[in-house]
Amino acid sequence: MRAVTALLARLLGRQPIGWLQLTHHRARLATALAGVAFANLLVFMQLGFFGALVASIAIPYDGMNSDILVQSSDANTLQDGSPIPRNRMLQAAAVPGVASATAVYCGRIEWKQPDGTVRNVDVLGIDPLAHALRSPEVARQLPDLALADIALIDRRTRNVPLALFDEIDAGHAYRIEANNRGITIAGTFILGGGFGADGYIVVSDQTFLRIFRNRSAGAPNYVLLRALPGEAVPALAARLNARLASGDVVVRTMAEAVAKDQEFQTTQKPAGIIFGFGTFIGALVGIVIVYQILATDVADHLKEYATFKAIGYRQRFFLGIVLEEAVILGVLGFVPGLLFSLGLYAVIAAATGLPLSMTMARALAVLAGTIVMSVISGLIATRRLAQADPAELF
Amino acid sequence: MTDPIAVRGLDHGYGQGETALQVLFGVDLRIGAGQFVVLMGASGSGKTTLLSLLGCLREVQAGSALVLGQELHGADEAARIAIRRRVGFIFQAHNLHDSLTAGQNVRMGLDVHGLLPGADAAAARMLDLLGLRDRIDYRPANLSGGQKQRVAIARALVGNPEIVFADEPTAALDRENGLLVVELLRRLARQRGTTTLMVTHDPRILDYADRILTMSDGRIVQDTSPK
Ligand SMILES: Nc1ncnc2c1ncn2[C@@H]1O[C@H](COP(=O)(O)OP(=O)(O)OP(=O)(O)O)[C@@H](O)[C@H]1O
Ligand SMILES: [Mg+2]
Repeated sequence: MRAVTALLARLLGRQPIGWLQLTHHRARLATALAGVAFANLLVFMQLGFFGALVASIAIPYDGMNSDILVQSSDANTLQDGSPIPRNRMLQAAAVPGVASATAVYCGRIEWKQPDGTVRNVDVLGIDPLAHALRSPEVARQLPDLALADIALIDRRTRNVPLALFDEIDAGHAYRIEANNRGITIAGTFILGGGFGADGYIVVSDQTFLRIFRNRSAGAPNYVLLRALPGEAVPALAARLNARLASGDVVVRTMAEAVAKDQEFQTTQKPAGIIFGFGTFIGALVGIVIVYQILATDVADHLKEYATFKAIGYRQRFFLGIVLEEAVILGVLGFVPGLLFSLGLYAVIAAATGLPLSMTMARALAVLAGTIVMSVISGLIATRRLAQADPAELF
Repeated sequence: MTDPIAVRGLDHGYGQGETALQVLFGVDLRIGAGQFVVLMGASGSGKTTLLSLLGCLREVQAGSALVLGQELHGADEAARIAIRRRVGFIFQAHNLHDSLTAGQNVRMGLDVHGLLPGADAAAARMLDLLGLRDRIDYRPANLSGGQKQRVAIARALVGNPEIVFADEPTAALDRENGLLVVELLRRLARQRGTTTLMVTHDPRILDYADRILTMSDGRIVQDTSPK
């Protein structure tokens, strides 16, 4: 305590009145810190989910064995684009610098669980002779996929007992109904990600077309391209765009495609907007709590402040005390807020499989935001200082 | 050398319109440097009003008040703060800050002049002079009434003020402690040549005065110098 007092005195160039006031009233300090920590927790949770959304969006893209993605010009995500002419694959493959091209079909099924609930699963139809996905498990099981009605399931699929995956891997194939067609899950792989569906199933393109009877082989959802080694990918994508320019498709590097998807989902989709709003609410809660504490503290010390005014202290000095308190509350409240958030991130990540994780940048941004928020509250609370009138002292 | 306090035709009133109440009427007063002056008078006679005007805690409305050479009538906030820093106040209530120790409270009287290297030592010396050396790290809650008022005196004197304004500093104390406090105040003022204007109702304190002023209904009606 004394060491902190001395340190603050050095930093401030005066006695740390705010610190002494705050630490003198321990119960009030504890309430204030709990309030700030709670606001921090709210903001961290929102940002955590937001970050998980953003990170999650990138995961399936990263899982594709591809440098460049050709998709419908109306596509924002991997799921929402119109099918594109398969011709585009052949045209793209002919462009110098392209090493390989493969088409991917994408659709969603409802997978009924034994308890009657339903999992939404995205089905990826791939060419079993090409390497559309990076997953080594998929690569190893491509020969099985070539058989009719055989599927592999993503182990990260949410709300499915892990034991089921273990059984499948142990050789007990699992039959499910997909659009009234029985298919056999013969193996697993790891992909994960996505807020849209609970998980992924990979099948061959032929099986895909049997599950989705209204889809045609001539119209996949996207085409994955590999560049030749040493080829500059962005330049190649630009050349492809020029070459395939017919209005129905757009060519993006994988990084561009991820960025486009993230931008769309965070600004156009309700989930992204709600997380943004939640962050705002968290900050507002913090401002209100800190204001309440600081305004009460000013009101309780009007007599002392009036005395200091009589002694000759200027308005600046009192503003300094309130802002000192604001910054102390912000910094001290941030620490438990951060620790609780780290704990909750771990719990939620374990429970949901969402990639919730703390980044240094986020922690620092929230710390800075907390201090700004506290200072705003402090500035509002200083309006009450005018009530300290030294003429009332005698 | 000009007198630290020179007042001419000072009027003062509270409120406006229907509720307006004039409480000071043409007060004339000069106090020479180093004088220990006691101000008496019935309740409501205007003693506190006069003190708060001279100490720049209230704005002068009419007449002239020269304090330490500064005309207070029409003085701006900066000039008023400058005067406040050159004078010391002792109030009826000690008005110490609960969260600060005795030493820290005393330092507040010094730090207003900027952070000085020897501030802690100066505060300790001041408390020592008032017999509170071993109470320097106590908070007000752990001090007796007399001790608190002595800390308040230390806070008022530590910055070496040119004038001390004290308004019934002993009112909250028992007789013994009251006399002790006034005696200390008197001794330090004498040593330092500090001009002192003290309001009191305690007749025993008159023995310490160089000069006794008596107010009645907003006027100074008696001005005697016992010795
Ligand atoms: N802030 C105020 N607003 C309105 N009237 C006031 C105010 N302060 C004092 N008065 C009135 O002014 C008159 C003089 O008051 P003042 O406090 O100067 O008297 P005093 O001599 O100090 O009295 P006491 O011995 O009781 O302290 C009184 O009638 C009082 O009611
Ligand atoms: Mg009075």
